[in-house]
Amino acid sequence: MGESLVRAVQDVSICVREGEFVALLGSSGSGKSTLLNLLAGLDRPTSGAIYAHDQNLADMNSEQLAHHRSHTVGMVFQAFNLLPRMTLEENVELPLRLAEVDRAERPMRVREAVERVKLGARLTHRPSELSGGEQQRASLARALVNRPTILLADEPTGNLDSVTGDAIMGLLQEINRSLQMTIVMVTHDRPRAEKFSQRIITMADGKLLGDGSNA
Amino acid sequence: MKLRDLTELAGRNLREALLRNSLTTLGISVGVASLVAMLSLGVGLQQMASSRLAKSGLFDAVFVTSRANMRAFGGPRRDEDAAPKGPVRHLDEDARQELAKLPNVAEVYPEVRFQTEIQFDGRPYGTTAAGIPLSALADGAFDNMKGSFFSAPNANEAILQIELAKDLSKQPESLLGKDLVLRYAERQTILPEPATTAKGSREADANSGFEEDGLSAGFSMVSREVKLRIIGIVETEPAAGFGGMGRGRLLIPLQTAQALRVAQPTDMREMLRGATGKPRYESLTVRVKSPSNVKGVEESIKTMGFGTFSIIDATKNIQLFFTVFDLLLGIFGSLALTVASLGIINTLVMAILERRREIGILKALGAADRDVRWLFFAEAGVMGLVGGVFGVFLGWLIGKALTFGTNVYLSRQQLPPIDLSSVPWWMVVAAIVFSFVVSLAAGIYPASRAARLDPVEALRYE
Repeated sequence: MGESLVRAVQDVSICVREGEFVALLGSSGSGKSTLLNLLAGLDRPTSGAIYAHDQNLADMNSEQLAHHRSHTVGMVFQAFNLLPRMTLEENVELPLRLAEVDRAERPMRVREAVERVKLGARLTHRPSELSGGEQQRASLARALVNRPTILLADEPTGNLDSVTGDAIMGLLQEINRSLQMTIVMVTHDRPRAEKFSQRIITMADGKLLGDGSNA
Repeated sequence: MKLRDLTELAGRNLREALLRNSLTTLGISVGVASLVAMLSLGVGLQQMASSRLAKSGLFDAVFVTSRANMRAFGGPRRDEDAAPKGPVRHLDEDARQELAKLPNVAEVYPEVRFQTEIQFDGRPYGTTAAGIPLSALADGAFDNMKGSFFSAPNANEAILQIELAKDLSKQPESLLGKDLVLRYAERQTILPEPATTAKGSREADANSGFEEDGLSAGFSMVSREVKLRIIGIVETEPAAGFGGMGRGRLLIPLQTAQALRVAQPTDMREMLRGATGKPRYESLTVRVKSPSNVKGVEESIKTMGFGTFSIIDATKNIQLFFTVFDLLLGIFGSLALTVASLGIINTLVMAILERRREIGILKALGAADRDVRWLFFAEAGVMGLVGGVFGVFLGWLIGKALTFGTNVYLSRQQLPPIDLSSVPWWMVVAAIVFSFVVSLAAGIYPASRAARLDPVEALRYE
């Protein structure tokens, strides 16, 4: 697997290496969420290039972008974005359906992802029956189920209290370390970013303010 | 996304907005039902008309004449028939046997029909008598008759057509079992040998209904009477053939009619022509097994050297009429389905607005535009399929209800029941397929709109 080289709009040039846990810090409107959407292949740059595993997302058609979203990246959102009428199990299975993973393999993959976020006992519950922290863990399990190489998290603790938020951050850190998964996390919570991530990139008005390792 | 996942998700989405989707599906059902009801009515009426026509006996019959006699029928002359190409063939018993052996021929019988007088209750009535072959019972023309059909091929029995029966009595049914007297002119052959008496010729001429034996020098006419028992009254007028003659109102068994040897208007011409050889028939009616055989049989008979006539062309016109009729009914029925398909478009467009965020999530999780498009297509298709199946059933029910209502009315008018609507299997299949296709077409716009949704916008939507 090659390096995950990433470049984004508005003079921003970033390179994220495989296995890095990067926090994108910045106030609202700084362009950090747009950057994340570009990395996810949800949005297209008007100019410039975004490389993921040596492939330029800017050159991809919508079909290829969909493949990128389903196989290369996993996404976690601030609002969890679980489908309310599906059980936890069905929510986690959804990316497997979209990626056309063999039916026989699915239960094992779902179980593996759910076990990793320690929600094994809640498989048949609907999102409304889960706490905020549990919902975010479910969302994380859903992001991991297709075994992506890059995890993109958009304010994953934004809707959570501090204890639960710390737990989620701990989970992300654990996933980064044990799976060697590249994580790009957008946040405005500097203390947490400093506590859990390896590298902090600060943005304002679409420009890079700072980029430093968080050793 | 694989088909099974697609249908599972589509089914799931349909169940989630159960009331709205059920109402939309019901709309499709009503559309399909109106289409099916209209068409089943059209097909039912067509079948009824066709079977009535088939029962009339006109459409499975070929009227055969010797070309020598063609001028006798008064109809428009066709040149190719009028000018015999080979030697003139006469309709004798050999020809009758030969005709009966042609493929698809069910029966060959002569025409026996004559103007006559009957006496009933001391009063004379003029009418037309016709000989009816016993096979006519199978045609259905006697299905709703009162009384019974002829008991034997040569029985002295009569079935009255209702108009004649009404002339005879104000209560036609009271006529059953009573006797009437048929008066007619019998043709008696005079042989050239002076020793032969009229009585003797009667024995020799056992196969009556023939034209005169070639050995005869002439004939005399004798007034005769025969007593017939009235055994039945028939409402419909069964046809025994055609050729410009009026239909019979007094129906007697064909064999009985032949045995009477009633003098025919053509007798004199035949005598003057000095015909020689075997006894001949004036004309023969060839019944074929189905109206579709008429053309082929007619061709074979023509090559045998006889003149033919059939009215198969009339059935073509009837088919044309019903095709146009079905088309019009179909158009009216389709209008309801058009309205229903607008319902599908509305439901799915509403679903896009409602499921905007869900579409965004699906796209973020890796759904391609194609997946979203097919998901909406599948939902439209399922609604169309379910609506189609239910609609066919509903349409069938409407047809049955119309038939029931009509038959209640008919029975009050003392008319026989009819089968008004008919739903053949092709209509079931066609209606379901049509409903499915129309629903998919209705899904095109919502599906492509959903597929084009920008996932970033959709995810921001609350």
